Amino acid sequence: METQKSQVLSANRRVVHRLLLAVAAMFAFGFALAPLYDVLCQITGLNGKTGGRVVVARPVAVDETRTVTVEFVASLNAAAPWEFAPKVTRMAVHPGQYYQTQFLARNLTGQALTGQAVPSVTPGPAARHFQKIECFCFNRQMFQPGETRAMPVTFMIDPELPPEVRTVTLSYTFFKLDDAGG
Amino acid sequence: MSMAYSPTAPGPDESAHARPPRGLGRWLLTTNHKDIGTLYLLFSLLMFFVGGSFALLIRAELFQPGLQLVNPHFFNQLTTLHALVMIFGAVMPAFVGLANWQIPLMIGAPDMALPRMNNWSFWILPFAFALLLSTLFLPGGGPAGGWTLYPPLALQTGEAFPFVILAIHMMGVSSIMGAINVIATILNLRAPGMTLMKMPLFVWTWLITAFLLIAVMPVLAGAVTMLLADKYFGASFFNAAGGGDPVMFQHIFWFFGHPEVYIMILPAFGIISQIIPTFARKPLFGYASMVYATASIAFLSFIVWAHHMFTVGMPLAGELFFMYSTMLIAVPTGVKVFNWVATMWRGSMTFETPMLFAIAFVILFTIGGFSGLMLAIAPADFQYHDTYFVVAHFHYVLVPGAVFSIMAGVYYWLPKWTGHRINERLGRLHFWLSVVGVNVLFFPQHFLGLAGMPRRIPDYALQFTEFNMISTLGAFLFGFSQLLFLYNVIQTIRSGEQATDQVWEGAQGLEWTLPSPTPYHTFATAPVVR
Repeated sequence: METQKSQVLSANRRVVHRLLLAVAAMFAFGFALAPLYDVLCQITGLNGKTGGRVVVARPVAVDETRTVTVEFVASLNAAAPWEFAPKVTRMAVHPGQYYQTQFLARNLTGQALTGQAVPSVTPGPAARHFQKIECFCFNRQMFQPGETRAMPVTFMIDPELPPEVRTVTLSYTFFKLDDAGG
Repeated sequence: MSMAYSPTAPGPDESAHARPPRGLGRWLLTTNHKDIGTLYLLFSLLMFFVGGSFALLIRAELFQPGLQLVNPHFFNQLTTLHALVMIFGAVMPAFVGLANWQIPLMIGAPDMALPRMNNWSFWILPFAFALLLSTLFLPGGGPAGGWTLYPPLALQTGEAFPFVILAIHMMGVSSIMGAINVIATILNLRAPGMTLMKMPLFVWTWLITAFLLIAVMPVLAGAVTMLLADKYFGASFFNAAGGGDPVMFQHIFWFFGHPEVYIMILPAFGIISQIIPTFARKPLFGYASMVYATASIAFLSFIVWAHHMFTVGMPLAGELFFMYSTMLIAVPTGVKVFNWVATMWRGSMTFETPMLFAIAFVILFTIGGFSGLMLAIAPADFQYHDTYFVVAHFHYVLVPGAVFSIMAGVYYWLPKWTGHRINERLGRLHFWLSVVGVNVLFFPQHFLGLAGMPRRIPDYALQFTEFNMISTLGAFLFGFSQLLFLYNVIQTIRSGEQATDQVWEGAQGLEWTLPSPTPYHTFATAPVVR
C-alpha cells in the first residue's frame, strides 16, 4: 500500500511539474507574440507599417505608362493640441519617380511641444512598395509656442507595386510625445 | 489492485471522521472535493445573480430609446462587468464545481489529486471578484471599455484599471490550478480497469478543457500584463506612438479568447452526453467519435482566432484562411449534434427536468451554431460585426447553451449529492419559463442586428424600439424565473423525497453505484471497472 501511495504521489508530482512548465512556456509565448507579430508584419507588410524605414535612393526606371493616385490623410491622436493637415490631399504619381509634398502643423498651445508622426499605408500590401526618402516622421518634431511649420516628405512608389493597386493612402497620426510614454 | 488508498494522506484523526467537521472552518479549510465542488457551485450561483442583475439593468435601460435609468458611462461599466462576471464568475466556476463533484465519483477516485491546491483555487475567487466589483465604488467607476479590454480605450480606464488587471490575474491563477488538478486526477487516479476510452464523456470533455485552460490562460495573463506595462511602465506594446500596434492586442486577446469560448462549451457537451443516454435509456451513440470530435474542436480553436476581427483590415488570404478554418468547426460540432439525436432515436424517452434542459440545449445551441456559421462568412461579417446579431449569437451559445447545460447537470446530479429528489413540477415550470424567456429575450436581437443596431450602446434609433421592448420583457421573464431554480435547489438540499441510489431509472456509471446522498468520503477503496 505504501509503495502504491508513493507511486501515485510521484506521478502527481510529475504531472504538476510538466503542466507548470507548460504554463510558464505559454506565458512566455504570449510575450513572444509581440516580436513575432512585428517580424511577420515587416516581412509581409500586412499592417501597413512603414515607419522608421529609411530607404536608400536607388535609380529605377520611371514607369510613365502607369498612374497611381496617392491620398494623404492626417489625424491627431486623442486630444493632441495641434492643427495638422496635408498641403494637398491627393496626387497622381508615376511609379519610380520621386515626389515631394508637405504636411502643415501648428502648435495650438502657449508651450513648447514635441510630437511624433506615425505613418501607415493602406492597402497593407502596398506598404513595402511605398518608399520614403525623407520624412518628418523619421524624427521627433519640436514646436515652439504657437509655431506653424510645413514638414516635407519625399517618396517614391516602387514600380513593383502590385498592378491591381490604383490608389494608395498614406496616413499620419500625430502623437504628443510626453503623454505617449516615449 | 483494488486496494484502499487515499491520496489526501489523512491524519489518523481525519480518516476516522466519516462526517465533515462543523462550523465555518469546514468550508475555509476543506480539502474535500465534494465541499469544494459545493463552494464553487454556490459561488457561481451568487455570481449568476450578480451578473444577471447587471443584465436586467442593461435591458431596462434599453426598454425605450433615450436615456432613462443610467448614464452612458455607467451603462458601459454594466456591459463590461456583466461579461466579466458571467464568464469568469458564473459559467467557468460552475463547470469547475461540477468537475470537482463528479470527476472523482465518475472515475472511482477518493478525491482530487491535489486537495490542498483545490482549496486554494477556490478561495482565490471570492477575493478576485470582491476586487473586481469594488472598482464600481472607485472614483471614475469600474472598467467600461468592454470585457475584451481593447487598447487604447481600455487604457483610458481610471483608477479601476490595476484592480481589474489584478483580478483577472487571480482568476487566471485559479483556473490554471483547477485545470492542473483535473488533469492530475484524471491521469493518475482512475480506478483499475477505467481505461481512457471507458471514461464517461463528462470526464473526457473536462480533460480536454483543462488542457485548453493550461494553454491559453497564461496568454491572457501575458496580454493584460502588457496592458499594465503600457499604462504604467512606459512600454509601447500596443501604443502606435512608441512603435507598437493596437491591433496586435486583438490578435493576442483572441488567441486566448477563442479557446476560451470552447472552455465554456466543451464541459457542457460532456454534461449533455451524460444526460441524454440516461433518459433515452440507450448508450451514447458514437462514443469514440464524440471523443475525437471534442479533441478536433479543441485543436481547431487555436487556428480560428482572427474571425473575431475580420474588419481590422486583414489581407484577403487571412480573411479566407480564418473563414474556412472557422467553418471547418461545424463538422465535428455537427458530429456531436447528430450523435445526440441518434442517441434519442428510438429510445424509451422520458422528459424529466434534466432531459428537458438537455433537449433544449441541443436545439438552441444549434441555432447559436448556425448564426456562428453566418458570422464566419467574412464578407457577411462586415455587415454583422459589432451589431446585436453578434450579441444574439453568443448569448444563444452561452445561455441556452452553457447555462442550460449547467442547470441540467445540477438537476441531474443534485439528488445524488443531497439524497433528495428534486421538485419535478417546479423544475418543469422553471424549464418552460426559462426556455420561453430566453427565446423572447435573444431571438429579436438577431433582427435588431441585421437591421443595423450596434452593440454596447445605451440609446438607439427609434425604429429599433419594438424589438428592444420584446427583448427586455423576455429578459425579465427569464431573469425572475431563475428564482425558481434557486428555490428548488435550496428546497432539495433541505428536504425532499428520498432518492434511490440509481436516482434515475436509466442512469449508468460509477457515481450511481454510491449511496444517495453520497457519503463524505467515497471510493476509499477503488472500485474495479470491467
